[in-house]
Amino acid sequence: MTEVTVLSALAGGAIIGVASALLLFAHNRVAGISGIAAGVLPPWGAESGWRLWFLAGLLVSGVLYRLSGNTIAVQLDASLAVLAVAGLLVGYGSRLGGGCTSGHGVCGIARLSVRSITATLVFMLTAGISVYLVRHVF
Amino acid sequence: MSKNISAFVFGLIFGVGLIVAQMTNPAKVLAFLDVAGAWDFSLALVMASALLILGVSQRLIRTSPELAQEQEQTACDTPKTGVDARLIAGAAIFGVGWGLSGICPGPAIVGLSSGLPGSYIFAGAMFAGFVLFNILHGRR
Repeated sequence: MTEVTVLSALAGGAIIGVASALLLFAHNRVAGISGIAAGVLPPWGAESGWRLWFLAGLLVSGVLYRLSGNTIAVQLDASLAVLAVAGLLVGYGSRLGGGCTSGHGVCGIARLSVRSITATLVFMLTAGISVYLVRHVF
Repeated sequence: MSKNISAFVFGLIFGVGLIVAQMTNPAKVLAFLDVAGAWDFSLALVMASALLILGVSQRLIRTSPELAQEQEQTACDTPKTGVDARLIAGAAIFGVGWGLSGICPGPAIVGLSSGLPGSYIFAGAMFAGFVLFNILHGRR
């Protein structure tokens, strides 16, 4: 169970928005993490380089945050087997659907893309149903 | 080269945003998705805040016709099709995985710094999912 954290949620969201806007302004690229992450797999092309560096930045953000004396709460309740299945579904589904929480949920909705609004409603719904089944039914 | 450095910095900022928003904590994300339980709506505020900042930025970018046109031509995910079965199926599958774990791709990468076995398993499986997609559907 977690508490509602208004200020950190608004601040964190704003930082995500700034990072996405910077990528859009400076590189003319959309900050869709599933596309960026999948894009570092072979075959490598002209778009692979910056994607790898963006992912490195993501990874280093966690390392630096911890090294600077802060803690990052990571409470994983699912078993390793469930996490493996979930990871597979997240990877495959985000590619099939052309985006994830960042690409559709933030960047796509911000430009009022009907595809992204639809995708976000669908994945929020199936995610909610999954949580409901796991927590309240089984 | 400078493009790579700025991409690194933007990734760094994005990651800090996820950490500050606590989207890197699966329990926090699941508490948002658990509408029937003790609902924690923080994640809705994260999305609203990010959308506000990015939405306003995009309004500004669109005031310059040259920039808007360039964005239209080169944005890598400019939709070429409308809503189709593939979009719905993909989003539905993604949602099930997200709901089972509380982890989406951004936090999966940042989470590798946690050193937890579960974080590595999830990220490894996610990349396996990317590969599976490439094998089944061919890379776009």
